[in-house]
Amino acid sequence: MTQQNRLANGGLIDRKRQLTFTYNGKRYTGYEGDTLASALLANGVDIVNRSFKYSRPRGVVAAGAEEPNALVQLGATESTQVPNVRATQQALYEGLVAKSTNGWPNVQRDLMGMVGKMGGSFMPPGFYYKTFMAPASMWMTYEKYIRKGAGLGRSPTENDPDTYDHLHQHCDVLVIGAGPSGLMAALSAGRRGVRVILCDEQEEMGGSLLDSRELINSQPATRWVSDTLDELNQLDNVTVLSRTTAHGYHDHNFVTLHERRTEHIWDRATPANGRPQVRSRLHRVRAKRVILATGTHERPLVYANNDVPGNMIAGAISSYIRRYGVVPGNSLVLSTNNDHAYRTALNWHEAGRKVVAIVDARPSPKGTLVDQARALDIRIISGSAVIEGKGTNRVSGACVAAIDPAAFKVTGKVEELECDTIASSGGYSPVVHLSSHTGTRPQWNSEIPAFVPGEVKGMTPVGSVTGVFDLKTAFDTALSAIDHALEEAGDTSSSKVTEAPQVDAIQEGPCCALYQVPHTKTTLRAPKQFVDFQNDVTASAIEIATREGFESIEHVKRYTALGFGTDQGKLGNINGMAIAARILNRSIPEVGTTVFRPNYTPVTFGAIAGRHCRDLFDPERYTALHQWHVEHGAEFEDVGQWKRPWYFPKTVNGKKETLDEAVARECLAVREKIGILDASTLGKIDIQGPDAREFLNRVYTNKWAKLAPGRVRYGLMCKDDGMLMDDGTTSCLAENHFLMTTTTGGAAGVLEWLEVWHQTEWPELDVYFTSVTDHWATMTVTGPDARKLMEEVTTDVDLDRESFKFMDWKEGTVAGVPARIFRISFTGELAYEINIQANYAMKVWLELFDKGEKYGLTPYGTETMHVLRAEKGLIIAGQDTDGSVTPEDLGLQWAVGYDKPFEWIGKRALTRPDTSRKDRKQFVGLKPKDANVVLEEGAQIVLDPNQSIPMAMVGHVTSSYYSAHLKRGIALAVVKGGHERMGETVYLPMADGKVHEAEIVSPVFLDPKWERQNV
Amino acid sequence: MFHIHCPYCDEYREEEEFHPRGQAHLARPATPDTTTDDEWGGYLFFRDNERGIHHELWVHSVGCRKFFNITRNTATYEIHETYKMGERPSVTAENLPDSQHQSGVQAATSGWQTVGARPESASLNQEEQV
Ligand SMILES: [Zn+2]
Repeated sequence: MTQQNRLANGGLIDRKRQLTFTYNGKRYTGYEGDTLASALLANGVDIVNRSFKYSRPRGVVAAGAEEPNALVQLGATESTQVPNVRATQQALYEGLVAKSTNGWPNVQRDLMGMVGKMGGSFMPPGFYYKTFMAPASMWMTYEKYIRKGAGLGRSPTENDPDTYDHLHQHCDVLVIGAGPSGLMAALSAGRRGVRVILCDEQEEMGGSLLDSRELINSQPATRWVSDTLDELNQLDNVTVLSRTTAHGYHDHNFVTLHERRTEHIWDRATPANGRPQVRSRLHRVRAKRVILATGTHERPLVYANNDVPGNMIAGAISSYIRRYGVVPGNSLVLSTNNDHAYRTALNWHEAGRKVVAIVDARPSPKGTLVDQARALDIRIISGSAVIEGKGTNRVSGACVAAIDPAAFKVTGKVEELECDTIASSGGYSPVVHLSSHTGTRPQWNSEIPAFVPGEVKGMTPVGSVTGVFDLKTAFDTALSAIDHALEEAGDTSSSKVTEAPQVDAIQEGPCCALYQVPHTKTTLRAPKQFVDFQNDVTASAIEIATREGFESIEHVKRYTALGFGTDQGKLGNINGMAIAARILNRSIPEVGTTVFRPNYTPVTFGAIAGRHCRDLFDPERYTALHQWHVEHGAEFEDVGQWKRPWYFPKTVNGKKETLDEAVARECLAVREKIGILDASTLGKIDIQGPDAREFLNRVYTNKWAKLAPGRVRYGLMCKDDGMLMDDGTTSCLAENHFLMTTTTGGAAGVLEWLEVWHQTEWPELDVYFTSVTDHWATMTVTGPDARKLMEEVTTDVDLDRESFKFMDWKEGTVAGVPARIFRISFTGELAYEINIQANYAMKVWLELFDKGEKYGLTPYGTETMHVLRAEKGLIIAGQDTDGSVTPEDLGLQWAVGYDKPFEWIGKRALTRPDTSRKDRKQFVGLKPKDANVVLEEGAQIVLDPNQSIPMAMVGHVTSSYYSAHLKRGIALAVVKGGHERMGETVYLPMADGKVHEAEIVSPVFLDPKWERQNV
Repeated sequence: MFHIHCPYCDEYREEEEFHPRGQAHLARPATPDTTTDDEWGGYLFFRDNERGIHHELWVHSVGCRKFFNITRNTATYEIHETYKMGERPSVTAENLPDSQHQSGVQAATSGWQTVGARPESASLNQEEQV
């Protein structure tokens, strides 16, 4: 196919490098320097999509980020699929494969065309609103249809083969946008030696200068652009980031930039210098000063059938002609309310195509550009506008009439002009997006008329984003912004080394406010006048919304879905507000402002995730003995970031044990012989200082005044609301030195807890806290044979039952390595917890197995640990408690020092009316009547299974296991008034209709006299 | 993402290094046993929820591990100052110039808010009540 719309000369493309690409299965050619959109227009592709709701054909409208229609699904292979790429922002490369995103099953003639009409009445304004307000089944009915029709792209089903980086950057000045004012600002700041980052979202830097007709220093504007970039690139203190979108502005001048490094070259990241490179980078920039030079987006006018392919915004046509050498049609009608858009007609004329007429809404347009058009004998129809486009798949004509914008009515006869392209310009909306990302409202400037950025600390808008559109002012404001910013930052050099270049003044007349163009028929009866192309929102939809009582623009937006597409209403928002304002008879700022949220344009998940995926998603913590566990076939459980052995399945006769089989074997080994647990992950906090003991007295519920060196005590820690937050043992190492243990998951939180109380409430206490969790490996040797094994591995510790009592700790050597040995038990059996400096732990562990084999030493994991402690009714904070359980609820009054002198944390709360209620949920054991039943954790408990639903629930199961030793299911639970209900029967109705019966018993199922741990 | 000046490290660091701990200057009643249930409930559960100037407790959790205070505008997220434990804020809802209040932003009122860490806080409270 030939590129019938390509001019013979001109444009910034490289005609020597022809590229082949595939669009909707068809092959086309374009040139290096094209965007996908310019190449499609060059090839005369009019229809690039089907509209979402009405299935109307749509063509390319814009040339940049604001494009609502030309969305494509990009990617030649499954793993490189990228949805919702704007063809206007995708550089063409050899072999590019793209499909139109919408328009199932095909854009040219699609099935939805038939249902389209139905869709119109089927999806009236407020469709979503009403659908969601209706019973859920309505949404279920529509969902499939909407999703299919909406077709907003799809994600790849295969893994992304590329990598992405995050970079952290700091700079004095971040300049966003490399148009005239951005380049000027960067140059001035760069010459003054401060650290500058300049970024621009486009394929080429230069912004509006790339298609400008103006001369700078008597040279084409593009020459000044390239000279400036050359100088910037040579400055070491300036980082120039092209193809880089500032997509999010966050608090305190934190800006995220998405730099696309290879997306203009190929489907996948291409190698650089023979080495793989990242596909894109996310720069996380902390800037002292942000210069916002993001320019404007031209607003289209809203007239009947303004969505037929061939309707474009005026400036886009200039871009296609001057940057890409593409004229997207043969005969043009321009409808405008300002001088600036006259450039489009001049460019079109110079390209050798016919300008049928310039239709200007102003009664007497005058200015340099108007004069130029007149000199070329271009027909100018003043005081008028295009009120309706003609044609279905391509514009075939334009209906023009005199209008009175203020009275919103057509005042003259309608004339139909023959043309295939209608350009419209309703003025220029500053790209205020980034300035509103942190919540600052844009301000209405009635002169342009449009919103300009509100005041954001640390940000200076320059150039046309401020609403000043002429080139000279753009340069001047950029220079003074940099001078001002650097002065403020304390740079007193203030030497104005940079002068603004010479530009010829272009006289432009003022524009007139025009958004929706009046029609001879009412808005509701006229052909559709589109405001938001992507969501198919029409002027009549907005009128209906306001009539239904939605007066705030935020409500109108939600009701009509205006601005809810991936383009965030870049073209439509202000027109929509203007229409609402007109109907409500208010001014635009009275109707509301438009606030944008990150991201300015979509960012790929790859760029957001960066390296934080797969193995690097979250750090994993391993104990010093991890390798042994891996080698011995452990299954692991995640406890916070820790990898803990869950159980150690054995393979018996070629068959691997199940979890239940392994746990039963491990449990019996501990109860009958000897087992060993890697308990290294337990939190350990070293506490020192003359006031350490007093501090413990205040943060634990029990007494610490008399704990002698060599002794260990179990402690409960509450919050000041009296609820248990953590528990563990603390050992007195010396008079002013303690070692606290916490739950594995609670370690960091407990340390912060101790610090906050010390630093904010009791800074007068002389005490210090240090986390030593990773410094010490902990091995629990437990079971009836534990002492026998310990005797074989230590020579300098007296292990005699009387001299090394329960809750004692001793220092000595184990397997020749210095160790702390604690006689504490979480299993109810005789147990020694050995602490070894982590680097030496493996030697000790191996020696324990060497000597322990003959006793049947069995490694066990967290699951067995849980069963063993549950058999003894020992709680796990966070599993059996949930932040609403007091020590008294747990029946742990023995660990509460009611008469301690200082009012420790949590004490006062225990006498609040709520915490002293008799019917609080209390901790009990549950014995299922059927011994084989293992209750579900979380199962709700009721007293009467025959009551009507909803039943009165009196508690729930917190822990439940099968006990191999007791040969039955056992459970721990909280039950209202449970301590007074021993022996009562409760019921647990299950989702499948079964009702389990259980007896309330003491949570201590085994060895109620606690003799086994004391053998 | 905030850029926070740690008054102990005396450096601006990224928010990722810090961790908020809620409202600042909550003084624990000195004698809980003689505090009424109402007062105790107020200390435990009631917090200011100001739109505007708010004093907050933060910790430089992966830095120096020190707790300190931030005076922050909850509407604009502007941080007016950071200061050490036991110090008083120099910027308050009452003394902030009108021009620095976000339009429509209400000044914070006292309620349970007191200034300064214990034990100094007790005396500062009395000062305020005078
Ligand atoms: Zn610090």
